[in-house]
Amino acid sequence: MSGMDVKELRIIGFLCNWCSYGGADSAGVARYKQPTDMRIIRLPCTGRMDPLFVLKALLGGADGVLVSGCHPFDCHYTSGNFYARRRLQVLKSYLPVLGIHEDRFEYTWVSASEAAKWQSVVTAFTDRIHELGPAPRLLELEDMPLRFKEGMDIWPS
Amino acid sequence: MKIGVFVCLCGSNIAATVDTERVAEIARSYPDVVFSKAEMYACSEPGQEAIREAIVEKGLEGVVVASCSPRMHETTFRRAVERAGVNRYMFEMANIREHVSWVSLDREVNTRKAAELVRAAVEKLRLNRHLTPSKFEINKRVMVIGGGVAGIQAALDMADGGLKVVMVEREPSVGGKMAKLDKTFPTVDCSACILGPKMVDLAQHPNITLHAFSEIEDVAGYVGNFAVTVRRKTPYVDWERCTGCGLCMEKCPSRKSPDVFNEGLKPTTSINIPFPQAIPKKATINPDTCIMLTKGKCGSCAKICPTGAVDFEKQDELVTEEVGAIIAATGYDVFDHAKYEEYGGGRIPDVITSMQYERMLNASGPTSGHVKRPSDGKEPKKVVFVQCVGSRDPSKGRPYCSGFCCMYTAKQAILTKDHIPDAEVYTFYIDVRAPSKMYEEFYNRARDEYGVRYLRGRPSRIYQDGDKVVVRSVDTLLQAQVEVEADLVVLAVGGEHSRGASELAEKLRISADQNGFFMESHPKLRPVETNTAGVFLAGACQGLKDIPTAVAQGTAAAAKALVLLSRDMLEADPQVARVNQSRCIGCAKCVGVCPFQAIRMGKDRWGNPKAEVVETMCQGCGVCNVACMDKAIQLDHFTDDQILAEVNALCREWT
Ligand SMILES: Cc1cc2nc3c(=O)[nH]c(=O)nc-3n(C[C@H](O)[C@H](O)[C@H](O)COP(=O)(O)OP(=O)(O)OC[C@H]3O[C@@H](n4cnc5c(N)ncnc54)[C@H](O)[C@@H]3O)c2cc1C
Repeated sequence: MSGMDVKELRIIGFLCNWCSYGGADSAGVARYKQPTDMRIIRLPCTGRMDPLFVLKALLGGADGVLVSGCHPFDCHYTSGNFYARRRLQVLKSYLPVLGIHEDRFEYTWVSASEAAKWQSVVTAFTDRIHELGPAPRLLELEDMPLRFKEGMDIWPS
Repeated sequence: MKIGVFVCLCGSNIAATVDTERVAEIARSYPDVVFSKAEMYACSEPGQEAIREAIVEKGLEGVVVASCSPRMHETTFRRAVERAGVNRYMFEMANIREHVSWVSLDREVNTRKAAELVRAAVEKLRLNRHLTPSKFEINKRVMVIGGGVAGIQAALDMADGGLKVVMVEREPSVGGKMAKLDKTFPTVDCSACILGPKMVDLAQHPNITLHAFSEIEDVAGYVGNFAVTVRRKTPYVDWERCTGCGLCMEKCPSRKSPDVFNEGLKPTTSINIPFPQAIPKKATINPDTCIMLTKGKCGSCAKICPTGAVDFEKQDELVTEEVGAIIAATGYDVFDHAKYEEYGGGRIPDVITSMQYERMLNASGPTSGHVKRPSDGKEPKKVVFVQCVGSRDPSKGRPYCSGFCCMYTAKQAILTKDHIPDAEVYTFYIDVRAPSKMYEEFYNRARDEYGVRYLRGRPSRIYQDGDKVVVRSVDTLLQAQVEVEADLVVLAVGGEHSRGASELAEKLRISADQNGFFMESHPKLRPVETNTAGVFLAGACQGLKDIPTAVAQGTAAAAKALVLLSRDMLEADPQVARVNQSRCIGCAKCVGVCPFQAIRMGKDRWGNPKAEVVETMCQGCGVCNVACMDKAIQLDHFTDDQILAEVNALCREWT
């Protein structure tokens, strides 16, 4: 598992409680080895997945964001995963406009019984983020090189 | 807020690959954390007691437990917290077992990851609110979908326990597969003799309403208050009037309907009662073969019917049943052996399925209990059974063991010898699996007492040769090719999920596993519950099982429904959406997206339109939350701020 022998990156996974969170649990119970970069946030449903969370994460320091929910027609709340699919697909196409590599974001379907699938999803996504490398960071003012800070002095505050 | 953190070692489950002491120590530096401790088994009695003590001693207002999955123990810890006088929603869990200690062996990395997850939980907890569940009334009726032995058992147990039960069965009669069986292993008692009385009890029980020949159209509502629309398919006979006398069957001139009950071994009349012990014992017309319905003339049955029950104009009816709980007991289907091209793919007449053989052995079956070759009606002297047809075969998409075929093959082999004492009986098997009470003994009797010859190997080909059927296989014990020339070959077909199971799962909002069987809430500890409150499972729809296990599960599901409905009021989960009236602009987007019709438009005191949440109907999915541009509607316990607090915690640079 290539994700493991390099330094961890920051990957946030948003998982629905009923399917994918259960799938990740099953993968753990079955001791499927996985790269360790992923940190999981539990949501009731991917229908709760606000595109804002993805942006906040990617702008705030995450190198990759994965959303995973129930397979189509398998949603505990009937249609939450369809809302998610529509919103997240739109989001994905807008990421480049915002200067974010669209490959840093992905959404998948993994059911609670698909432990092996969860393992392969995490591994593939982690590998992909490692290939892209760390996301570019926006510097805080005090970290900026001197010439930028000086440049800023042109404008009186 | 004063927060306490408990890091569970879970024996060595977590402690082996996570430095729990260190995690507890790091947690002490997190905002609002005033107390933190590693605990051997947080969920155990001393573990819960330690949490209680700390709450009382340190005056904690919120608790984070870092241990296993919240899907496992969230309720346990919420209760523990509540016992110490803290609102149960002032509790968060960090999953450092399933998501950390069990997926990697790197102690350093795991420890850091665990500490980060604890931080996310702490940050979320800081924004938690006290929530109080409201109560609502429940309907004390239960619906059982599927009238096989599992469903019948569940219905009878609940009805005896005082609940009103509605049973919906798709076929014209209840009984499922068991009604078709001749004898049952390992006792070899007559199937109809043990199932029949139960079917009669079902029909006569004052607490049970039966909708046979009916299907589920739609399921609305939630635990305690489901509204299920049932389609009562038209039998073209008024069942109120039909007395089940069977005169219509005698007169019907169309005798080419496939006889589903007899597994197509013999055709039947277009109007028919599926079998003599059918419950309800009512006639049904097959619209595909009925001359009146296809060609517009005939009507012999209508003329002879003494009660005038035949009604060619009769339409499907929709009825709505209100129930508090639902038990799915829709069973399984047998594997279609035509998928095995190498076994003749259903083309060789003297290669039949085990279910067909079961009908043939049955005294009320198509051959009146005589074992006959379908091709020429002769009694076979050499019968070969082939096991694992559609079981343990990933190449046919059936990787699992069907569980009951080994035993029913032993049974059928024994019965063959009973019917034809001088017959030679062979069984091809991969392994014989006989793990229940008296099963191994039964299999041994087949081999030792009845002289059934067991050959180890999965046949590679079955073909017709003159009037014989040749089964070719390798005998893996002798390491040699074997060929057996048989008069009759019986394929022990495995089971698969019943047709329409996935559509039903969708309507019930439950999940199916990778093989299409309905998924239980927990494979070991919640075997008959689903993840949808108020929906339970019984029998082979949850996974293939034999009659004793299906019956046990029927009783278990009934007990679960009785437990649920023994209360007059249920607590509604307070993790529902809430509207901030001053932010709501009344656009009604949330109303449109809600899958549960749980939001409606009301007015504030100035008459402005404002969204309102019906708390008992809201299921807490949060779809509305995302649709609202003004963030006026927020899902409690999963508010934007709470989720973003977790995001921020996880995005922090590690120091
Ligand atoms: C050849 C053979 C021999 C066997 N012999 C034995 C034996 O000797 N001993 C033993 O213990 N086991 C035996 N079994 C296994 C036995 O058949 C099952 O254990 C048992 O039938 C399971 O009962 P069930 O109620 O779960 O399912 P089923 O018997 O399949 O009943 C399910 C019922 O639900 C109905 N249904 C399905 N879908 C819907 C829907 N959407 N809406 C409404 N209704 C629906 C079906 O019509 C059916 O009536 C044998 C199996 C086979 C194939």
